Order: sequence, then structure tokens, then C-alpha cells
Amino acid sequence: MMDAGILTRSNSTRDESAETALLSVKNLKKYFPVRDGLFGQKNLRVHAVDGVSFDLQKGEILGLVGESGCGKSTTGRLILRLLEPTSGEIRFMNENIFVADARRMRALRREMQIIFQDPYASLNPRMTIGATLEEPLIIHRIGTREERRARVQQLLEKVGLDPDGVNRYPHEFSGGQRQRIGVARALALNPKLIVADEPVSSLDVSIQAQVINLLEDIQEEYALSMIFIAHDLNMVRHISDRVAVMYLGRIVELAQAPDLYRQPLHPYTEALLAAIPIPDPKTRRKRMLLEGDLPSPVNLPPGCRFYSRCPKRIPDCLKEDPPLVQIRPGHWAACILAT
Amino acid sequence: MNPAVLTIKNLKTQFHTSEGVVRAVDGIDLTVRSGTVLGVVGESGSGKSVTALSVMRLIPQPPGKIVSGEALFNGADLLALEEKEMQKIRGKRIAMIFQEPMTSLNPVFTIGNQISEMLRHHLKMSRKDARNRTIELLDLVGIPSADRRVNDYPHQLSGGMRQRVMIAMAISCNPEIVFADEPTTALDVTIQAQILVLLEELRERLGMSLVLISHDLGVIAEVAHEVAIMYAGRIVEEAGTEELFAHPLHPYTQGLLASLPRFDKAGGRRERLRAIPGTVPRMTENLPGCKFTPRCGVAVSHCSKEEPPLKEIRPGHRVRCWVAFGETS
Repeated sequence: MMDAGILTRSNSTRDESAETALLSVKNLKKYFPVRDGLFGQKNLRVHAVDGVSFDLQKGEILGLVGESGCGKSTTGRLILRLLEPTSGEIRFMNENIFVADARRMRALRREMQIIFQDPYASLNPRMTIGATLEEPLIIHRIGTREERRARVQQLLEKVGLDPDGVNRYPHEFSGGQRQRIGVARALALNPKLIVADEPVSSLDVSIQAQVINLLEDIQEEYALSMIFIAHDLNMVRHISDRVAVMYLGRIVELAQAPDLYRQPLHPYTEALLAAIPIPDPKTRRKRMLLEGDLPSPVNLPPGCRFYSRCPKRIPDCLKEDPPLVQIRPGHWAACILAT
Repeated sequence: MNPAVLTIKNLKTQFHTSEGVVRAVDGIDLTVRSGTVLGVVGESGSGKSVTALSVMRLIPQPPGKIVSGEALFNGADLLALEEKEMQKIRGKRIAMIFQEPMTSLNPVFTIGNQISEMLRHHLKMSRKDARNRTIELLDLVGIPSADRRVNDYPHQLSGGMRQRVMIAMAISCNPEIVFADEPTTALDVTIQAQILVLLEELRERLGMSLVLISHDLGVIAEVAHEVAIMYAGRIVEEAGTEELFAHPLHPYTQGLLASLPRFDKAGGRRERLRAIPGTVPRMTENLPGCKFTPRCGVAVSHCSKEEPPLKEIRPGHRVRCWVAFGETS
């Protein structure tokens, strides 16, 4: 598992692991139209996801990191087909999910679930916790009423909540407890894949570790595959087997977590790591400040997307947008200077 | 040690809500020293923001009320000043930077207008001088082509640029103290690094004191000279930054540091994180004893009976914990 999941950019060199992958994303693109100009006559497009490819093995946790607007959340929503792509393919259990009809999609969705960032906004305030957790079981016509109730009790226990809470409403729970409910809801149908989109970033620091431990426990117990989307690079390092760094709609680096953090190959990854504040005043690191802001994803600059902020740029970087290539075994980077 | 510019004594601020009295700040003593950065760490509901808002006299009243305490600034008690006198200090001699620049900038005025307004009001500058000074300030905080950007509206700027505008506004009248409440929390990590470096440069150049309020121990470790850790409306630990991170004494501080995963210290695959159990207490309950007892792994029976005082047990290092004092029962 650790060495598997090499992504392939062309079909001719497809790695065998792609055939055994639970999830295989190929050249995924999602452009959002924006209107500009005085009468909205200019049709522009935001390149939210612009050619993303990777595989996810059974039981693997892939961390997806990047700053706001890099396309990580859009990628997560495309994987669950909560959005339709502009182009590209996603195979889940060897089936192209974008050609599945509504009925087939409903069946596939039993196997893939999402945990959202905001446990306040993602629970219906007018439904009891019991009803919230039972709903997916009813929709998928699972079990008798008694069996469903028993399952709800079991789920609450699994995520460390008092099973007597079934008749209570979301506002009666703290943020951390609500996120536990979010985890329970994602588990209700015994999925194979969970997309966790910033699952702890709205929680207090002292509560984050509790929820992360819970996610790791259930991942291990059910051999779940997980896409862990976050901007907290410390947390991503902790939980992920492999990590993909995104910048302006592209994966710019992908590797086993220890390799990526120990020897980042892309200057953007290097800058991200250098920017993380370390809770130890004795640690002195070299500062690597990036210039400026993220360029607009509407008017993408020519050549490498990172050129405008890159401390290592050379004129050749403007020639083409570098592809993601394997520099070392299992370690991929999209930079012409990476060796 | 640098002289004190602001001394907060026994500050208590409460809010009257339908669920009872919330003791948001419950007896706080803090000293801001000249030219230094004081880091105030705490989670939601710890009272760290309410402390700053109390000193700035920006607590909405009702439901809030400052029930006791004083804040001595150059011999005057800010909490006892007439509102008219306070207006001459707020924004001019003590300024504040908020977390979300989009909600603290007025969307219908250009950023130039908003900074010029401050200069004309507080420093009685002419329209022309104020505009020139505004461009200088925008340039100082690293906004490119400041002479053009001065005409932009807040929505035309990125989050990082907006926070720079907020900083320009805060330093516009050369304040002695700037309160920065989670100034980088809404920003991406590479932009956060830029803003932290900027704050540090400006503080040195302008000789001001900075009170940096944050939940992020990493940010505090990099920027602060002294640190105060807050929990449930109180300061539970206080020390110089190096001392505090090298010898955390309060179980809450120790727990926070131990629960953070660190990429630079990552070991084998997925060691379990050492989480602090339980939840942040409801502030409407006023239980006797130390407020951290229900979540504390080392509490003894005395802890739930009597509240410990904040006591110095290492040089320059104060803590509020019976167990740290050597209590064993």
C-alpha cells in the first residue's frame, strides 16, 4: 500500500496500481463561468481544477493541501459528483462515475461519503440527532425500524457520544461533538471512501486532536480510504500516507508524506513548509517569504503557474506549464528545476 | 525589563444573556511593556478578545458590562475616562487590528478615504497632507503602487492586502500600543508569514508595543516576547516566551503543546495525538475551584474545592495550579 498509487499521466504508461485503485482520477478539470464587463458580455472561466490526476488505494489516506482557491475542495466535491466536471474521468471501484445514471449513482453514493468543515452548518437544526443519522438508512431502505434505531445507537457509541443523545438537537452539542455527529453520519452506510473537507479547522485547538484520533480509529477499523483536505500542513503530515500539494488548480507535488516533508522538490511546497509557524521559540529556520498574492485563476499566466511568486524562477519557466513527473520513486513534482 | 505602558488590574467583564451571566473575563492582571510583543493565547470563550475590547472600551453595553478593574495608561485609568476623552486615545494612541478585515473596513468608501479620515480626525491634517501621508502609509505596509491603490475599494483587494490596509490604518497615528486580535487567522499560511514579518518590522521601526491575541501557539512562539495563557476568563500561566515553551507548568498549556502535531518532529506512521479530553466549560456556570479540573489529567481533590492563585514559582514565571505548587491531595 505504501508504495502504490502512482499516478499516470498518459494511458500508455499506466501503472498496474491504477487497476487496483479504489479511486482513480484522470485529468480532471472544472471551470466555473464568470461574467465580466459592463453587460456581462465577456465570458470568462475560473480554472478551479485544471488537470488533476491521482489514484487512491484501499485503506489509504491521501492528504490534499493548498491555500484557498487552489481547487482542493472543488476536487473533493467532484469525487463525490456533487459537481459535474468540465472534462476528465473519475473511476470509483473501476466504474466511471460521470456516466452513471441517477439510480446507479445512488448506489455508488452508499460507498462514498463526505465530512464537511462546519459542523454548525452541515446539520439540520430542526432534526434530532437520531433522525439525522437514521435518514440515510431510510433513503437506502436499510433494515427495519428497530434495526435502524439500533444502528443509530451503535454509531453514536462508535464516535464517543452518549447514545441517549438521539432525541437531542444539534444546538445542544458543542462544536467537537457536532463534528463527531458528522463522522457518525458519514459512517452510517459503511462507505469505502470518505472525503473529509477541513474536518477540524473550525474546532478549538484542544478539540482538534480528539476528532483526528477518532478519524484515525474508524479509518483503521473499517480499512477506509480517505481524502483528507486541509490547509494545516502539520495535521496533514500527521494523518496522511501520501500528500498532494495543489496550486491554482493543479497538483504541483505528490509523494509519501515523510518524503514530501523531508525533501520537498517543488519551491511552492518548500515555501509552504517554511511558512508554518513552529511552537518552539528556539527553532530558527531560514525564512522563505513568497512575494505577492495568488494570481487570478481567471487569467492564468503563461508557463508555470507559480512563476510570479517563485523565488527560484528562471526564464525557461515561462515556456510551458511543467507536467507532474516522477523525479524519484513515488515522488512527483511539476517543476523543471526539480531533480 | 522595559517599563510598563499599560497595566490592567483585576479586570472583570460580564455579559447578561438569557442563559445567565457569562463571566467572560474574570479577574485579569496584565502588563504591556514598551516596545515588546505580548502574546495572549486562548481558545474560543477564553476571554482573550473581550480583554482587548474592554480596554478599548468597545464592549456593547448592554448586554456587556465591565464590572471591575482598571487599565492604567500613562497614569490615566481608561476604564474610568469620559467617552469623549477615550475617543482621543482610541485609534490614536491605542489602535486595534481585527481578524476579518472585510467586516472592519467600510465597503462603500475607498481605502484611501478611510485612512485619511483617521488622520484628519485625530491629527487634524489637511485633506492634501492626509492623502499624501496615506500613500506613504500604504507604501510602508507593502502595498504595491500605493498611489493608485489608494483609490481602491476594499472588495478590490485580496485578503492579505486588506489586512495590510487595516495595519496601515492602525499605525496611521503612531500609536503606543496596537492590539492585534487573530490578525492572520483568516489568511493563508504564506500570506500569514508576510503579515507577521510586516508587524515585526513596523513594531521595531515605530517603537510601539504589540498585544498579539491568537489561538496559534506557533504564531505566538515566533513573534511574542512574553506570553499569557488564558482559560475560562482567567490567566492560568504567564512567562517569557522561551521560558514558557521550554517549561510549561500548567497542565492546560502542557496539554495544548502536546496535542499539536508537528511536521518537524513527526515520527513513525500515525502516533496517536495526545488530546485534551472534554470540552471548553460553559461560562455561565461558576464552579468552585480551578476551571480546568474536569479536563485535567493530574488534578487532586483540592483542585475542585479552591481556586488557585496566580503565583510565581520560577523566576518570571507565574502559574495558577495547585499541582504545580506541589499540592498532592
